[in-house]
Amino acid sequence: MQHSKTQDTLVGLFVASGIAALFYMAFQVSNLGNYTGGDTYTVIARFQNSGGLKVKSPVSVAGVKIGRVTSISLDRESHESIVEMHIESKYDNLPDDSGASIYTAGLLGEKYVSIDPGPGISGQFLKNKSKIENVSSAIILEEMIGKFFLNKAEGK
Amino acid sequence: MLELLANLGKNTRSSFAKLGRAFYFLLHTVSGIGDVMLRPSLIIKQLYSVGVLSFLIISISGLFVGMVLGLQGYYILTDFGAAESLGLMVAASLVRELGPVVSAILFAGRAGSALTAEIGLMKATEQLSGMEMMAVDPIRRIISPRFLAGIISTPLLAALFSSVGIMGGHLVGVSMLGVDDGAFWSQMQATIDFQEDIINGVIKSVVFGFVVSWISLFEGYDAIPTSEGVSRATTRTVVNSAFSILGLDFILTALMFGDI
Repeated sequence: MQHSKTQDTLVGLFVASGIAALFYMAFQVSNLGNYTGGDTYTVIARFQNSGGLKVKSPVSVAGVKIGRVTSISLDRESHESIVEMHIESKYDNLPDDSGASIYTAGLLGEKYVSIDPGPGISGQFLKNKSKIENVSSAIILEEMIGKFFLNKAEGK
Repeated sequence: MLELLANLGKNTRSSFAKLGRAFYFLLHTVSGIGDVMLRPSLIIKQLYSVGVLSFLIISISGLFVGMVLGLQGYYILTDFGAAESLGLMVAASLVRELGPVVSAILFAGRAGSALTAEIGLMKATEQLSGMEMMAVDPIRRIISPRFLAGIISTPLLAALFSSVGIMGGHLVGVSMLGVDDGAFWSQMQATIDFQEDIINGVIKSVVFGFVVSWISLFEGYDAIPTSEGVSRATTRTVVNSAFSILGLDFILTALMFGDI
């Protein structure tokens, strides 16, 4: 009987540590730890070029993450990129004249959308399905280098 | 020439027969799982011999694999000035591939071979026939609990392997080589997705546990009941398990992460 009891204990320990390892991976290793299950609202922005932005890229204000990009599609008429993002409902006081820009975290880091709160002249806030009008596109490194060399050559 | 063809035909016939036996064996085993669950003491005993006894080898191997990943990754990533991505590299390779695969191969070597030898010897010493004489179904009484225990323990062992490995990578990368602690974790958390990476890793290890348990139990049950037959069956278990794990891993990876 004693033997069976220690066996029970050891099996219990094994199963508990296995489950603990799963939880460790879920919360310490994956993005579940900073997962926000709360309500979100959708905001749409149209960019000339959303180069490098991906679904699930972060959306931030002043460096604080407030949401994620949920879909990127191409407008068939204007050939613009339509970026939809979900923003957490608790940040419901962004002025509707805010601007959106695509930046890169570091030189080679991932792209993210940064929302710059506007002056709020109309007194309205961004709501579900609001469009952000004031946008600036992703900076493409190759384009910039190309322009730089072009300017250099012309300057000669 | 005709001899060669006859041999080929004979081999084909016998491998088909074996495959058929393996499938019937699997059906019979799975049908016994319900009975086994009503008698949990049978599973506890097998979880002990299959899971608890593999615990140490899995955690120590995981630690070393993680430490090697940390060391190698650091030297490669510093060349690109991206040493901060070390945590991401270690975690992604462990959670997606190395955790499930290496722990399943170790499991096949540690527990699968033991299962084959045990069942094979039971057959050789006619214990299985003895049970049948007493109207006890040996597959339900002996095989099903071991099968279930194998499927339960592999995902737990794989999770242990990955977590210990990540700690090992952290130990080498952050404590010894001086990668920034915050960047190590934050890059990892920003990229590793719970559903995409961790759940898929768990699914992989359940599949591997299924296959390894099936192969090792069937090889034992199907072994020629002599000492040589059992030794051959044990070898086949380890070889076939390793092949199936690596082959299946490619297929599963293509299905889960690739756009095939």
